[in-house]
Amino acid sequence: MTNQIIQGILLGGYYALIACGLSFMFSVMRIINLAHGSLAVFAAYALWWLASRLHIPPFFGLLIVLPVMAVIGWALQRFLLERSARGGALLPILTTFGLAIVIDNMLFEQFGADTRSLAPFIGSLSYDSWEWPGGIYVGKLAVIMFATAVILLGGLQLFLTRTRLGRSIRATSEDPDTAGLVGVDARRANAIAAAIAMVTVGLAGAFLGMRATFDPYAGAPQLLFAFEAAVIGGAGSLWGTLIGGIVLALAQTLGAQVHPQGFLIGGHAMFLVVLFVRLSASGLGLRGLLRLPSRSGS
Amino acid sequence: MSLLSVENLVVRHGLLQAVRGVSFSVERGETLALVGANGAGKTTLLRAIAGAHQPAAGRVLLDGADLTSVPSHSRVGMGIALVPEGRKLFVRMTVEENLLLGRTAGRPGEWSVDKVLEMFPNLKPRRHARTGYLSGGEQQATAIGRALMSNPDVLLLDEVSLGLSPLIVDRVYAALQGLIASGTTIILVEQDLNRALSVSDKVICMLEGRIALAADSKSVSRDEVTKAYFGLHRQKAEPA
Repeated sequence: MTNQIIQGILLGGYYALIACGLSFMFSVMRIINLAHGSLAVFAAYALWWLASRLHIPPFFGLLIVLPVMAVIGWALQRFLLERSARGGALLPILTTFGLAIVIDNMLFEQFGADTRSLAPFIGSLSYDSWEWPGGIYVGKLAVIMFATAVILLGGLQLFLTRTRLGRSIRATSEDPDTAGLVGVDARRANAIAAAIAMVTVGLAGAFLGMRATFDPYAGAPQLLFAFEAAVIGGAGSLWGTLIGGIVLALAQTLGAQVHPQGFLIGGHAMFLVVLFVRLSASGLGLRGLLRLPSRSGS
Repeated sequence: MSLLSVENLVVRHGLLQAVRGVSFSVERGETLALVGANGAGKTTLLRAIAGAHQPAAGRVLLDGADLTSVPSHSRVGMGIALVPEGRKLFVRMTVEENLLLGRTAGRPGEWSVDKVLEMFPNLKPRRHARTGYLSGGEQQATAIGRALMSNPDVLLLDEVSLGLSPLIVDRVYAALQGLIASGTTIILVEQDLNRALSVSDKVICMLEGRIALAADSKSVSRDEVTKAYFGLHRQKAEPA
């Protein structure tokens, strides 16, 4: 059981990585980016292309892909999300949904339906492990992923609290109009936040490709995991995202112990329980959710 | 040349014309009080000067430079700072973080976190407290301090006494007197006529988006301002 808990915690690092960008964009721009998973898969394909065609190992490929993802994030915010946000809260969600479909099909057209993986390009790292006391084996890649998640979340936390730009981003997320009145360029702050979110997406895509296989339509499940981890941890909270990722992974691990097909169900069940508790705490329980809107005039 | 000039400014909220062809100017080191009933257009005028509302017509000039199409964040960098009505603090951030945000525009000057805390000693023990947990007076002090941190040439104060107890208002105004004495140029929106007249050099009374009275604070009587306030005395709008 100890082994399962440790594996679950380490897997939580990956979920925290994939949820980090989603949570960050939601907390700053109030946008739920449904293209989040597809963009992670896009980054994985970019690394795979660099590795297979140009023989650039994935860890070095990140030096190219992460800046590209930052530019994509900046451009997405400036030219797409910012404009769609003017049309209300629903329009950016529909826009990113459409963007996900475009990315998925573009990847399908370019790379076909074959599954790919970055594992062949990272040598033995994909299967090497350390033996811990008690006969517990932990994968080196899983440990690296978890450490990356902690460093990334800690770094983001420091950036947001200790730097002028970080404070500007937080102020913009709280009240963009007032942020402008104290000298913060809210458009710039949002674009930089989107660029940072896409860098985290790029990292998550890299680890997705290293730890598993991916195909052009692998984005949707990644989005689901990210969404569940973000909701469990409390959307907008960076350390909450890590806790959310760990709780989701532990629930999946526990589910797999109960039934061979219980891995995903365990995670979904935990997500629903946390969602219900959160809604109940905010005064909107299951009855509130199911309650039909009253007819006008009644 | 006046430090700040407003020329025939018209500001609309949809179909409502909140400010109707207002013109006035403020000299460096002057304090101008804007008074008027609720809905007279004072806050809209102040926010238009700060860049939060885009005017439908007219111009705002700072030291002769036309700011009319300049966004609000750039106006802070040019020397205009607003203490908005209701304080509008970032409540998830600490006092110090709110104050440091005032430095975003990067204007050089004398104001620092320590100097603000010296001016408002009641904020010292609350330096690392989130502003959402502060009292009204502490919040107002933080809002004024945040605006001062941008080292403004013109400080716009919108109803700084609103919702505060008389004792706290006295403290806030004592701090403002210090600012006025140091030569800071201030435009002050205030409902309390006595306070407005006592701290200002000039007074403008607005009524239904127009200037009903523009006069020297020391020579105008409270009665004249009160008449203008209620629309019993109306003079042709002209530069103050």
